Amino acid sequence: MKALPVIHFVLGLLLAPFLFGVINRTKAFFAGRRGQPLLQMYYDLWKLVRKGAVYSETTTWVFRAGPVVSLAAVVLALLFVPAGRLPAVAAFGGDILLVAYLLALARFATMSAALDTGSSFEGMGASREAQFSAMAEPALLISLAALGRHVHAWSLSGIINPLGPEAWRGAGPVLALAAGAMAIVFLVENARIPVDDPNTHLELTMIHEVMVLDHGGPDFAAIQYGAALKLWLLGSLLVGIAAPVHTGSAVIDGAAFLGGMCALGVCVGAVESSMARLRLTRVPHLIAGAAALALLAAIMALR
Amino acid sequence: MSTCAIIQNGGAIPLASVPMVALGLFRRTVIEEVRGGARLAALCAAPNGGARARLLAVLADHGGGVLRVVSAAVGDSYPALTPECAQAHLFEREMAERFGIMPEGHPWLKPLRFSGRADAVRGGTRRPSADAPVPGVCDFYRVEGEEVHEVAVGPVHAGIIEPGHFRFQCHGETVMHLEIALGYQHRGVERALENGPDNRTIHYIETLAGDTTIAHATAHAELCEALGGCAAPPRAQALRAVALELERLANHTGDLGALANDVGFLPTASYCGRIRGDFLNMTALLCGNRFGRGLVVPGGVRVDIDEARAAELLGRLERATRDVTGAVELMWRSPSVTARFERTGVLPHEAAVTIGLVGPCARACGIERDVRVDFPTGAFRLARMAASTWHTGDVFARAHVRWREMLRSVEYINEQVRSLPEGATRSPAAQPGPSLLAVSLCEAWRGAVCHVAITDAAGRFARYKVVDPSFHNWFGLALAMRNQQISDFPLCNKSFNLSYCGHDL
Repeated sequence: MKALPVIHFVLGLLLAPFLFGVINRTKAFFAGRRGQPLLQMYYDLWKLVRKGAVYSETTTWVFRAGPVVSLAAVVLALLFVPAGRLPAVAAFGGDILLVAYLLALARFATMSAALDTGSSFEGMGASREAQFSAMAEPALLISLAALGRHVHAWSLSGIINPLGPEAWRGAGPVLALAAGAMAIVFLVENARIPVDDPNTHLELTMIHEVMVLDHGGPDFAAIQYGAALKLWLLGSLLVGIAAPVHTGSAVIDGAAFLGGMCALGVCVGAVESSMARLRLTRVPHLIAGAAALALLAAIMALR
Repeated sequence: MSTCAIIQNGGAIPLASVPMVALGLFRRTVIEEVRGGARLAALCAAPNGGARARLLAVLADHGGGVLRVVSAAVGDSYPALTPECAQAHLFEREMAERFGIMPEGHPWLKPLRFSGRADAVRGGTRRPSADAPVPGVCDFYRVEGEEVHEVAVGPVHAGIIEPGHFRFQCHGETVMHLEIALGYQHRGVERALENGPDNRTIHYIETLAGDTTIAHATAHAELCEALGGCAAPPRAQALRAVALELERLANHTGDLGALANDVGFLPTASYCGRIRGDFLNMTALLCGNRFGRGLVVPGGVRVDIDEARAAELLGRLERATRDVTGAVELMWRSPSVTARFERTGVLPHEAAVTIGLVGPCARACGIERDVRVDFPTGAFRLARMAASTWHTGDVFARAHVRWREMLRSVEYINEQVRSLPEGATRSPAAQPGPSLLAVSLCEAWRGAVCHVAITDAAGRFARYKVVDPSFHNWFGLALAMRNQQISDFPLCNKSFNLSYCGHDL
């Protein structure tokens, strides 16, 4: 049983890019196309790793450090994330703050690298990312705090492991509000529609993609892989809260968790196929909505 | 005698009957006509058989349905029209660049196309190419101040599109000013057309703007027919109209899909991409080429359509119309899409009138301006078309006008194909007559295409002027971006969807 947390950590590292395949296949289905292979992102990563990297002469070590630091921070954060009933590799009271700030560190590294290029596009992207993430972070922390208050635990494993179907009967509103807030944060942080369009080639409308335009080869692979891990990480939290399964068998619970992740991928694909992106000036309203949901969850948890 | 001569659309008059007035009167006439509601369809310089060139203005009075031409002799320079008539802005820059005729007092005189060398219209002088402008190297309008920053986009873009340079002056995310610098695609087509028509002419014409093949070819064919004093048979005219509307359907479908794609609305984007292909294939059914190359020639059309293919065409049209209606209605019913379209990229009605906007973009600002309605030629004289307009001037209006036009085009094609006139599809082409001026306008899917030709004593083109609708409309995009979010630029750009090569020629 000691090995279990390590297994699902490794599974997370291996399966994260697969989630993109699920999303893209769902979108293709809605568009009436067959779509790219489910494993496309693995091919892309393999292709990028084998390439060389080109560095602009105007950039410094900050630019090169960006992808490495941000990937390392996300991998580190993943160590603290439980998979449904299965506890994380590491846990301690208050690790929700550590995870939130590891994600912030990853973002800081990406934004610094973007600013280091001196490109007006990348500066614009960094400014948008800073604005939106500064608003999304409180929403994430407050919703986790609300759950923590509800179960009286301050580590991610402590919050999510005890949840089961019975928790929804007992404290449905708190869980629903927190899950709603987390779902919005999930879309914002992972640059999905309606906040950002991962498929666009139009630099002026991008948020996340525009910050990494100058990276290539292995650096870009690190960025793409980091993005996949972040999707997996926040997805794990969301699935753990929204669809807790408790059967007593670690294998079935684990399988249910993986099923939940695939379902999440399908949901993201369905959202992206059924609505347009928000106007950039409207995105803060959406994030403020997430913060409001999280606050309501906190108030109900305090009751 | 009036200072202007009246000319029919698709008509020719002897060059001698075009009034040659003094420069001051020419200037006053153009400015007053434009103030009175006419549109400057073309302003160009032409050889005048001596040291002085001829300035020629074509004024389109869309309300009155009259085309007027006026000309004046000009030397090295003349007082610029632009300060009092904004529509002359690009025309005057073009003349300064190509012919070295300087508009004095022009507020923004800089290279338009980086054409490399000036051409002779005045007794054989050519500007040496050493002082030719280097593409992309020129001054741009700048805004200074705290938190004001400049964003330069292009000429190399992330997508597979043509080269153009966009310089934004921004305050945060808000665009205060956008300057568009084109010219990277300049091919020198107008120069190549001189001394025509020859075997190459029609191929140059069909590729003036590749997605507007039928409209340019129709304008050219009607112009040649006017110069030669012949007419295309009624059946050919009807087939040209069908091809023109098919071209409109294909491009408008593509535009609506591209607009959906730019706001990340996948279903409409995916389906319209496919249905655009269906419409292109209908043009291929008509003539064997998806873009209509080789269909329209002076004197008529090169291929006839038999009953079986006509029935097949109507069947395919019905299916494609049903599909595109489903895809587009889905977009109108999605509030997340209309929320992005409405009040984005608003171009005020007055601004659109001032700069002489054309096509669906003008009609989206509430300007009833459509060559098929105002200056009908060919099949449009008998089976009339109505102009589709909307009043809000935003991205939604430009999308909505396109959709309404598509519905009308479908109806029109149905009507024309069901009642095709019998008879030949081509009449023997006549050589252009000597010393004539001909003007031909055609409503392409982007707006009015204008071709002007002057023949010399031997009946060859002494000057062939082409004005693509994009030439009028690029400035509209720059104005529509003022005080908009820079992140909305791709959407606004797509809602205009202008041609780079049509502008650069």
